[in-house]
Amino acid sequence: MNKVKLTIDDKQIEVEKGTTIYKAAKQLEIEIPVLCYMNLEGLNIENKPGGCRICVVEVEGRNNLAPSCSTEVWDGMVVHTHTMRVINARRTVMEFILSDHPKDCLTCAKSGNCDLQNMAVKLGIREIPGQEYAEMSKYKTDFSPSIIRELDKCIMCRRCEMMCNDFQTVGALSAFHRGFQAAVGPAFEMDIEDSPCTYCGQCVAVCPTGALTEKDHTRDVINALSDPTKKVIVQTAPAVRAALGEEFGMEPGTLVTGKMVSALRRLGFDYVFDTDFAADLTIMEEGTELLDRLTKFLAGDKKVKLPILTSCCPAWVSFFEHNFPEMKDIPSTARSPQQMFGAIAKTYFADKISTKREDLVVVSIMPCLAKKYEAQRDEFKVNGNPDVDFSISTRELAHLIKEANLDLNKLPDEDFDKPLGESSGAAVIFGTTGGVIEAAVRTAYELHTGIKLDKLDFEQLRGFEAIRKATVDFDGTPINIGIAHGLGNARKLLEEIKAGKSEFHAIEIMSCPGGCIGGGGQPTHHGDSSILKARAKAIYAEDAGKPIRKSHENPYIIKLYEEFLGKPMSEKAHHLLHTCYFDKSRKIEID
Amino acid sequence: MSNIKVKVKEKDLNTIKEICKSFDNKPGELINVLHKTQESFGYLPAEVQEVVAQELSVPVAKVYGVVTFYSFFTMLPKGKHPISICTGTACYVRGAENVLQEFKRQLNIEVGQTTDDGKFSLSCLRCVGACGLAPVVQVGDKTYGRVSPEGVKEILAEYSEK
Repeated sequence: MNKVKLTIDDKQIEVEKGTTIYKAAKQLEIEIPVLCYMNLEGLNIENKPGGCRICVVEVEGRNNLAPSCSTEVWDGMVVHTHTMRVINARRTVMEFILSDHPKDCLTCAKSGNCDLQNMAVKLGIREIPGQEYAEMSKYKTDFSPSIIRELDKCIMCRRCEMMCNDFQTVGALSAFHRGFQAAVGPAFEMDIEDSPCTYCGQCVAVCPTGALTEKDHTRDVINALSDPTKKVIVQTAPAVRAALGEEFGMEPGTLVTGKMVSALRRLGFDYVFDTDFAADLTIMEEGTELLDRLTKFLAGDKKVKLPILTSCCPAWVSFFEHNFPEMKDIPSTARSPQQMFGAIAKTYFADKISTKREDLVVVSIMPCLAKKYEAQRDEFKVNGNPDVDFSISTRELAHLIKEANLDLNKLPDEDFDKPLGESSGAAVIFGTTGGVIEAAVRTAYELHTGIKLDKLDFEQLRGFEAIRKATVDFDGTPINIGIAHGLGNARKLLEEIKAGKSEFHAIEIMSCPGGCIGGGGQPTHHGDSSILKARAKAIYAEDAGKPIRKSHENPYIIKLYEEFLGKPMSEKAHHLLHTCYFDKSRKIEID
Repeated sequence: MSNIKVKVKEKDLNTIKEICKSFDNKPGELINVLHKTQESFGYLPAEVQEVVAQELSVPVAKVYGVVTFYSFFTMLPKGKHPISICTGTACYVRGAENVLQEFKRQLNIEVGQTTDDGKFSLSCLRCVGACGLAPVVQVGDKTYGRVSPEGVKEILAEYSEK
């Protein structure tokens, strides 16, 4: 007997044993309101602390109301989801939550996109009785290069804690204190900057309120654009074009590449370029490094470090710097596409337009919050001047476009500028899990074997499973490839390497669910994983439609090497396009 | 985001390691480990929590979360003579609140704090099972019954010469 029959709102249904009331109701298309509960289906990410009590329902024969998100069904159960008792209880719960929540909604960064605000609207809250008895916590706002925390706005849903601990295994955040003082943060209430936080931003991505938001650089960008002495150029990451449309009412998975370019040009950027150009460059460097290590390994060199790990994801870089410092010589030394772009823009391109480094402002549009932190790392500055001046998220770009009174829906499609705007399909798929390694395989295969690939779609590398394994035949040499998205999944692969049990030659790691398309800077998914899948589909569609689909065939990349860099891994390339990593682990020392 | 170093005395480090080992370094034993550690140190300062976290392989944020959630755990060193005032129902209705206020006034500290000379610390507890003697105050191991605000000075005097 693995099935149980129950009745919800007079409708009968049979479900698997162990199903919660919430999920059973969903099968009947009865949507029970939830606040702390979040389920990213297909990604094994579920938060059900049963804490907020918004999802309560009446169960016949049970005295108190049951939280539907965490109560399992039983045979013959009779549930009512919207009796007056339920509605009154939800209202009371909401009033209690709001009684000690700040009321600065008009100026809150989350306004208009806040689950708490939406719930207050849904439940028709018009007054908040009892707030005179509530005690408002007074935590100081914590500013970091990427994430801003306003703990007074925390409603203890603990979604961030679940993402940080269970999914990412970063362990920077935990619930502390109790009652009105209860909130979520790092140990000893230290600043996030001093914690093991990687700035992946998944806490921000799931926060239902304004407690966790991004460091906003839109003012800085506007100031730069208003300064006549500055040339301002912009680069856009691949995942942005697959999600920006959502902020303007378009269906998830709508590609807005041309309209985005058009909007950026109208905002006043002098050149609209593409991070994808630098993604192609990354493949040239990282792919060459992979082949270099592989060739040595196959020739019997036992000292060569394999598997090689991708290094495009800045949160992943922070993760191994904090947690696996002893393995910091395994990842590729290639900088991320954002930083490669910045380095080339402020040398090669600055020369081309006869502009001094100091007068060139590089703005990046990223699906990511860790990119903000990455942009201000000391390694990526020359005499204090950063290669990338400001990194803004997809959400911040949407704000900029709206503020400029532009309607993305109505803008024409335009093309990126040359030379740093040309890219291949291989670069586009950097935006989704498995994409970087697929792009690397397309190039490494052809360079290694000298054979032209008939089929460019490596289906075995695609998908949403947490950890994927595939073997690609390099004309007789089997190359084992691993892919992980989510740092918890990455940790499993790292533990294997540490134990000397790894079977892989190359591993791609992305910190966020689904890769960059699910980044902490993307339009809020509100717990709907189908949005992430739609974005991934859009990314592969853009790749399929590109005339050039292999990084090494991008004519402007070829030209860049001819005119400036020489060849991949040359001294100049090393200086501008590669980096080194640091030990950032916590150390306990004898006093 | 630079390398963070936590300084601990070798003797203390070994003590904590032994406690953790006695619980097989199991993450699930965190609360038991903290009980033993507090018993040993009298309180749970940040560096002690860091070591516990490392030994049990749990994030230090989690350790701090547990320490701040349960009122039994404290991050402040207790005084030489820890004072506990029962604020359970029986003691409360018989005037424990006034007794507490008088202790705070006399010692010039809040609940959870320790006097500057390290002599007294103040905490509240819920019921010591001597409701017939309410309101009840404990100083160290000694229990005082039917305490009135007027009697507070006398109790403190017992310890001031020592």
